[in-house]
Amino acid sequence: MDLAGAKDDQAGRILLSLPTIHCGGCISAVERALHADPGVHSARVNLTLKRASVEADGAITAQHLVQVLSQAGYEAHELDPGVLSSTRTEQQGKALLMRLAVAGFAMMNVMLLSVAVWSGAAEATRDMFHWISAAIALPAVAFSAQPFFVNGWSALRVGRLNMDVPISLAILLASGMSVFETMQSGEHAYFDAALSLTFFLLAGRYLDHRTRSVARSAAEELAALEVPRALTVDGATVDVANLKVGDLVRVLPGGRVPVDGVITEGSSEIDRSLLTGESMPVVVSPSAVLSAGEVNLTGPLVVRVTAAGKDSSLHRMADLVAVAETARNRYTSLADKAAQIYAPSVHILALLAFIGWFWGTGDLRLSMNIAVAVLIITCPCALGLAVPAVATAASGRLFRAGMLIKNATALERLAEVDTVVFDKTGTLTRGNPELDDIAGYSARDMGVALALAQGSAHPLAIALAGAAQAAGYSPADVGDITEVPGFGLEGIWQGRTVRLGRAGWLGASVAGVTATYLKIGADPVITFRFNDALRDGAEGAVRALVKQGKDVILLSGDAPAAVANIAERVGITVWDADMLPADKAARIAVLAKAGRKVMMVGDGLNDTAALAAAHVSISPASALEAARVVSDIVLLGASLEPIAEAVLVAKSATRRIKENFAIAALYNMVAIPVALAGLATPLAAALAMSGSSISVSLNALRLTRR
Amino acid sequence: MNVLVYLIPISLILGGVGLGAFYWALKGQQFDDPQGDSHRILNDDYDDHPKP
Repeated sequence: MDLAGAKDDQAGRILLSLPTIHCGGCISAVERALHADPGVHSARVNLTLKRASVEADGAITAQHLVQVLSQAGYEAHELDPGVLSSTRTEQQGKALLMRLAVAGFAMMNVMLLSVAVWSGAAEATRDMFHWISAAIALPAVAFSAQPFFVNGWSALRVGRLNMDVPISLAILLASGMSVFETMQSGEHAYFDAALSLTFFLLAGRYLDHRTRSVARSAAEELAALEVPRALTVDGATVDVANLKVGDLVRVLPGGRVPVDGVITEGSSEIDRSLLTGESMPVVVSPSAVLSAGEVNLTGPLVVRVTAAGKDSSLHRMADLVAVAETARNRYTSLADKAAQIYAPSVHILALLAFIGWFWGTGDLRLSMNIAVAVLIITCPCALGLAVPAVATAASGRLFRAGMLIKNATALERLAEVDTVVFDKTGTLTRGNPELDDIAGYSARDMGVALALAQGSAHPLAIALAGAAQAAGYSPADVGDITEVPGFGLEGIWQGRTVRLGRAGWLGASVAGVTATYLKIGADPVITFRFNDALRDGAEGAVRALVKQGKDVILLSGDAPAAVANIAERVGITVWDADMLPADKAARIAVLAKAGRKVMMVGDGLNDTAALAAAHVSISPASALEAARVVSDIVLLGASLEPIAEAVLVAKSATRRIKENFAIAALYNMVAIPVALAGLATPLAAALAMSGSSISVSLNALRLTRR
Repeated sequence: MNVLVYLIPISLILGGVGLGAFYWALKGQQFDDPQGDSHRILNDDYDDHPKP
């Protein structure tokens, strides 16, 4: 394909993330909905990656397709194909799969030849079979076992031992010893053992790779979700990456501020909830400073860029990620702990066997044979499968429940959690208000309020209009509606001025809770009271966590009254309000010092430090990128419900891993004395290896069922 | 035992054909969406008319 053609393809290709699809019916429904659009040439859904790729006319925008799909009942997000670098990991996965296939092919053939030897082929026939085995096994090992050699060598070079060192040594010694034995026309050759070792361990590696690549590609998707675009003053749409410091951009009501900057024109109200946790908008006017991620609500603004695209958000994120990583890297996973005990003891055991037999018999060849048998029999076949098989089963189950495990050790850490800290705005609450007591207002008031509110992007106006429409009110005939940024809405109804907005603007007294006010002519002011709408499953998640015996704490940057209200509604008794980002992190550090294993659930930039400080952290998909980057687990759906289940799954996953280690150890305890006594034959080695690997995998698979 | 002279190469060739088929499937993107494909086979959307 020529380059120009490739470029054209790219222009018409749209990638969409579909977090809610889960079945065959969804595939057809999504593809049918997309095909029904006249501009779409072809659409294909990938259920494994929960993604759709669409070839369409240049005029079709992703926003349009997102709308088409939301009408069909599916949540969709645009993905930036440039950010998705999954091709590299895909290639790695394919290479690994190819090595696995070669090892499997060679193993089966050599095993067939070995069966003949085990059942009594002797002398010339045996030698010929050994030579054919060698001809198959040596190239196969050289190709398939490369990942172990590379990893083992890189560990040895810096003077460490990892799981790959005993693996490589066993594979190399088994192959080398077998070639030597074959040349001496000896009885025992371990070609099949070397190959099945490679095969089972590669299977573990492949599972591990697949779990992580699914998580990684979905994490990349989330990063790609926010395709950053900005509107310049002359009305053109540009990529944020192309903006320079000093450029002027326009931010329309309802739009997200794309850059860090200073307001040069216009005044409005700004929703800062993602960054600070405040649930109420802030009034801004020229020369006020805005940060990327805030949402403009009421009036159009012109903003002079002070930090564009990558500089602003990436800079803040880099610091936070660095903090997070230093804290996390100190955690030693169960597999590492096992390898630290296991690797040296295997080598010492094999060496002792060699020395013992050599000292006892003086027969170098026999001692060498026994040492190799010990190495092969103790080789961590089952250990190599123990963790990846469980991790694959557990993350697969959690992925179906709508959770994405980003970090390899997150499951183990999640299982240890005894304290859960929630953020309020955007985490326990949806971040948008809900009208209280709708029956308490007259039809006249609701009609006027609906007419005024339905044109505005202010969260209270949206909530009011939504509630009024849902309750079946129709808008009154209000004319001349204007939005006064920072104050409210004004119009003429039946010859009287009607206003909906701030208390001060209407000359009303301020109610203690979140509220907006309606004044019709000279009538007394009507107060619409709001509360924060809870996120789906918030109560259920808290209740389940409390039932599991965890301490649940609510920390918020919002005002005490609002926090107390939410705490009471979800059933949290311990809460703190007015917390600065540093306060949250400090509080978590104090808890950690007291020996608590803290899980932090949060979404805003004000939570990132706390998320990084916690033992394990979860953020919803709606969270800011920075928060998602430092989190170990991302909730893909809108509900918090899966959190409680995730803790249980993590617990049973950790239990399975330990069981698997126990099974592997049991096999070793039976097999090692046999090998040390010099009674191990290649047949015994093959049986022990396959037996332990299969039982470990089956044990892990029990996790996929409830 | 002379039969082995034919049988061993034949078994190796057959195994090699299997390996080749696997490589072909891997190249042909048949492992890109295992979950989706398992559902697609039960889908009757295009049973009566070809996919547009």
